[in-house]
Amino acid sequence: MTATKAPTPSPPQQRAVRRLGDRVFAGSAKGSGIFILLVLAGVAAFLVSEAIPALTAPAEEIPGGEGLTGYVAPLIVGTLLGAVLALLVATPLAVGIALYITYYAPRRIAATMGYVIDLLAAIPSVVYGFWGLAVLAPALVPFHRWAADDLGWLPFFAGPASASGRTMLTVGLVLAVMILPIISAIAREVFSQAPALHREAALALGATRWEMIKMAVLPYGRSGVIAGAMLGLGRALGETMAVAIVLSGGAGATLNLIGSSNPSTIASNIALRFPEATGIDVNTLVASGLVLFVITLAVNMLARWIVNRRADFSGAN
Amino acid sequence: MSTETQSPVLVAGEPGAPIRARRRLPRYAPLGLYAAGIALGAALSALTGFSTALTVVYGAVLGTLAVYAGSRAVEGGRKATDRLVTALVTTAFAIAMIPLVSLVYTVLEKGLARFDATFFSNSMYRVVGEGGGAYHAIFGTLIITALTAVISVPIGLLTAIYLVEYGRGRLKRAITFFVDVMTGIPSIVAGLFAFALFTLVFGNDVRLGVMGAVALSVLMIPVVVRSCEEVLKLVPNELREASYALGVPKWRTVVKVVLPTAVAGLGTGITLAVARVVGETAPLLVTVGLITGTNLNPFDGRMATLPVFAYYQLTQPGTATQAFLDRAWTAALLLIILVMALNVVARLISRFFAPKTGR
Repeated sequence: MTATKAPTPSPPQQRAVRRLGDRVFAGSAKGSGIFILLVLAGVAAFLVSEAIPALTAPAEEIPGGEGLTGYVAPLIVGTLLGAVLALLVATPLAVGIALYITYYAPRRIAATMGYVIDLLAAIPSVVYGFWGLAVLAPALVPFHRWAADDLGWLPFFAGPASASGRTMLTVGLVLAVMILPIISAIAREVFSQAPALHREAALALGATRWEMIKMAVLPYGRSGVIAGAMLGLGRALGETMAVAIVLSGGAGATLNLIGSSNPSTIASNIALRFPEATGIDVNTLVASGLVLFVITLAVNMLARWIVNRRADFSGAN
Repeated sequence: MSTETQSPVLVAGEPGAPIRARRRLPRYAPLGLYAAGIALGAALSALTGFSTALTVVYGAVLGTLAVYAGSRAVEGGRKATDRLVTALVTTAFAIAMIPLVSLVYTVLEKGLARFDATFFSNSMYRVVGEGGGAYHAIFGTLIITALTAVISVPIGLLTAIYLVEYGRGRLKRAITFFVDVMTGIPSIVAGLFAFALFTLVFGNDVRLGVMGAVALSVLMIPVVVRSCEEVLKLVPNELREASYALGVPKWRTVVKVVLPTAVAGLGTGITLAVARVVGETAPLLVTVGLITGTNLNPFDGRMATLPVFAYYQLTQPGTATQAFLDRAWTAALLLIILVMALNVVARLISRFFAPKTGR
């Protein structure tokens, strides 16, 4: 068609009177998007710039006198220990909750139940710390004693049991409660998206409700649950105030979950020391924050990658 | 054949071919078995000094086992497994309720002690024992949160508009991905970022209210972007096309058609984003600090905020320990009330400002 275009002068092009308003608006919208990317880059850049003095300082000047690695290593152990414990407790529970709300609860109140679980996510972390310190830690003291006596052969329960209950075990449980709504929200979403045809086909073939879930819902929701668990892990790794309030820290790297002295976590260590820190201490703390940033960034990127991969191939959209 | 089962059923269309009736546990059987489990549990827990919690745990375990065994005997293995899973899943939900109920109960019980006029009208200036309040912290939190919203909402909303209305290709995908990643930044890292930024500009030991607002913005912007993006995507394309057909420029279409249509959802999303940051403690701890007096200027020195106030009242009580603990719990109660109120407001916004549909 274009080949037969008339040689006569065509009427003036009608397209694209780029109005000023359009340009300003589109520009500022795009600018905000790019600004967000810059902020993320800025977070990394400014943390690095403040951490450099600690990275280059001689080992003796770092608190503890064993260099930056010696300072951060026990903190990393503590961070991972608490977060993994929380994940192990929270994931099965969250899957159960999600299944209950999507397929077991009476339809009328299911939405309300979902809202109630979401309320768990709305409670500020400092309040969880209060609760962990005042309620959960004392309540778990008998369990600590029992675990030290009867399960002492496990490295996790080597003891001696803490008398206050302010241990890594309690912290792990508080963190589990905090990440429960995150994991269950995502699990709920993927479970409810399981294809209705598959579910109905399973039921029509005489499957019980559990068999239907096992065959039609769980395989479909697996990657969603994994991604939700990783997001929860990211949250648990970075959780600060609850850990700072509940945990009685100070020990080196240990797997003992119930002792009275535990490895602190990166985030809680920063919160506890930063307000009074000066000089190289500040830089050391920022450097440890940088480590935390890198760890959580990796976990979150992996989780998002799994979520997005699922979104591309699920056939749900 | 028919003598083997109590109630043979004839299948229609197949004369003389009885199948075994599906045998089921009577409806009251699980109830009865659980009641028996509870009774036995009470007896068991009485052996080691009676406790309600132990009774419930024993009762749930015993009852579930009894129902499983009974169902296995009467209904067969598949049904029994189904019942077992139902019990497990319900238990999971019940377990999740325990911390929520316990937490709300504890905070109410301990927080109401100082929930009085003094708490709302006095600061901690020159208070070392009883009395005193969180007047300074309440206003500090309101000011810093407002400042955070002023920074985050325009950036977040514009980015959402870019993603939905303008964005395409690699930049859009990059922004979407990194906004998602940003939602996972630990709050303490956001605080350290603001600290590092302002330290580079203003020198060491700077503590400002606005630093806290910047730190909180890092946490709030991605939440605003995600929720606004979801809402804007819901605006039907027909509305935009109708507007273009009338010759309205794109930016006016967005401002006059898309945003008003989505205003309820936007309001809800932004309110929930505010609720997410209003209780953040860690970033404020490292950027804003705490003072005992009232400072309402976020550009001049330390400020008090409710979460940090609560934290220090709990962890660094003075000589009158109980007075400090009471104030801490009241501050915690106030925080929960604040967050819950914002959640309720968000729900109300989405109910009352939702676009009229169904014409």
